[in-house]
Amino acid sequence: MTAVHKFIKNGIPIVLDVASGAVHVTDKLVYRILDFYPGRSDEAVIDSLKSEFDEADIAEGLEEIKKLEADGLLFSKDVYEGVAAERYNDQVIKALCLHVAHDCNLSCRYCFASQGNFNGERLLMDRETARRAVDFLIEKSGKRHSIEIDFFGGEPLLNFPLVKDTVEYGKKRAKEAGKDIRFTLTTNAVALDRDTAEYLDENMYNVVLSLDGRPEVNDRMRCFRDGTGSYGVIVDNIRGFVQRRENRSYFVRGTFTRENLDFSKDVLHIADLGIKEISVEPVVSGPEEPYSIREQDLDTVLCEYDKLFDECLNRAGTPDEFSFYHFKVNLYNGPCAIKRLSGCGAGNQYLAVTPEGDLYPCHQFVGDRAFLMGNVFDGELDRDISAAFRDAHVYNKEDCRDCWARLWCSGGCHANCYKAAGSIRKNYRVGCVMEKKRIECAIALEILTRLKEEEK
Amino acid sequence: MKHIKTIIGAVLKDTAKTGGCGECQSSCQSACKTSCTVGNQECEKGKSKSS
Repeated sequence: MTAVHKFIKNGIPIVLDVASGAVHVTDKLVYRILDFYPGRSDEAVIDSLKSEFDEADIAEGLEEIKKLEADGLLFSKDVYEGVAAERYNDQVIKALCLHVAHDCNLSCRYCFASQGNFNGERLLMDRETARRAVDFLIEKSGKRHSIEIDFFGGEPLLNFPLVKDTVEYGKKRAKEAGKDIRFTLTTNAVALDRDTAEYLDENMYNVVLSLDGRPEVNDRMRCFRDGTGSYGVIVDNIRGFVQRRENRSYFVRGTFTRENLDFSKDVLHIADLGIKEISVEPVVSGPEEPYSIREQDLDTVLCEYDKLFDECLNRAGTPDEFSFYHFKVNLYNGPCAIKRLSGCGAGNQYLAVTPEGDLYPCHQFVGDRAFLMGNVFDGELDRDISAAFRDAHVYNKEDCRDCWARLWCSGGCHANCYKAAGSIRKNYRVGCVMEKKRIECAIALEILTRLKEEEK
Repeated sequence: MKHIKTIIGAVLKDTAKTGGCGECQSSCQSACKTSCTVGNQECEKGKSKSS
């Protein structure tokens, strides 16, 4: 398994020790030594590099590398594989994604939910089903204290009275069970009027608002059924909500496709609207879609991430600073190794519930009957599907086992893998390239921001 | 050290034994609905210790 990964960002050599999570900044000498060490003897390393560096310095660099190795900070052994299998037997559900409306007031071209109905009837979830889903979550969450419900769709604001009822019921039931319940909601912001915004601000732990960026880019994909664009309707609703939200959690999120490969401009457009928490991500689609990201687009996409990186760094500490979700990494209090192996927990810790109460591994699989896991009213889960998702961890995915990014990306999105490669145990290779770039940018941004502050 | 500056130490090493409580937020839900970036999540245990 790959033990060490190194890369240079903005002239700074960065070295990651994959299994321990250690991160180092080196000089060019040590960076070069690591091209040869530990495969070659000290003498061979010195011989290979003596035309570039002083021999005594090379020997000194080698000693420092060996010191870190002895201290478990470099070339450390990956010991998590056995632990993963043991821990994964813990079958506890901690989050549900409630599809409260399989209907939408937009008709986005790239919608994985087939314009809101997931290839089924246009349906709204009823009160009995939503309340049963809350009970199901509380029953299945075992000793877990923190539980979550995400209101999703289609467009959840099309069934807003149900959202409010479920929040009240969920709070009551969680209190009785001695649990902490958090609610989130994802909306296209079309129906986000002032009263709705006030309610969401008060009751939602996190709110995700969709906007793709520049007006022409947003309106090409995110349009009403009559084909007119949504930008003019949603942008003020989103800005109004964000101003009210202040420091509490929200994300304005967009999707980029091969029709706007210059997506850094869309991120910056959103940032220049005064929005601070931004996530713009590649479209999830099959390769047959004309807007899907392809191998030949990758150079452009990676270059766009570099542009965004520079902009994030330049704006850090200024009033124009913004946070790009995919460049955020928690180096200091990040998730434990176990969490990093299990990733999103779809099919086990996290399930999606349709308006009829049907259970799927996550929202991306809803409507595909091969992934139907059960129904909240009978409470039993398909153990084979659950096990398939549980076992699709980084040590069982061929391309992940030896990947340096395995403990940062956790194997990626199951739906991406399934849609692009036909199996949740295979990889969406285009996605892997983009994800590795984002992880490098995230780690480098953290380091360079810190170095910039130290210089002041 | 003259040639290497350690920014973050071996933060993952002990978490195989101490981690896995599952109290952390589910990854995909917390922000976007795809492209999970688990590495940016926060450990609830660490949060309660530091608060």
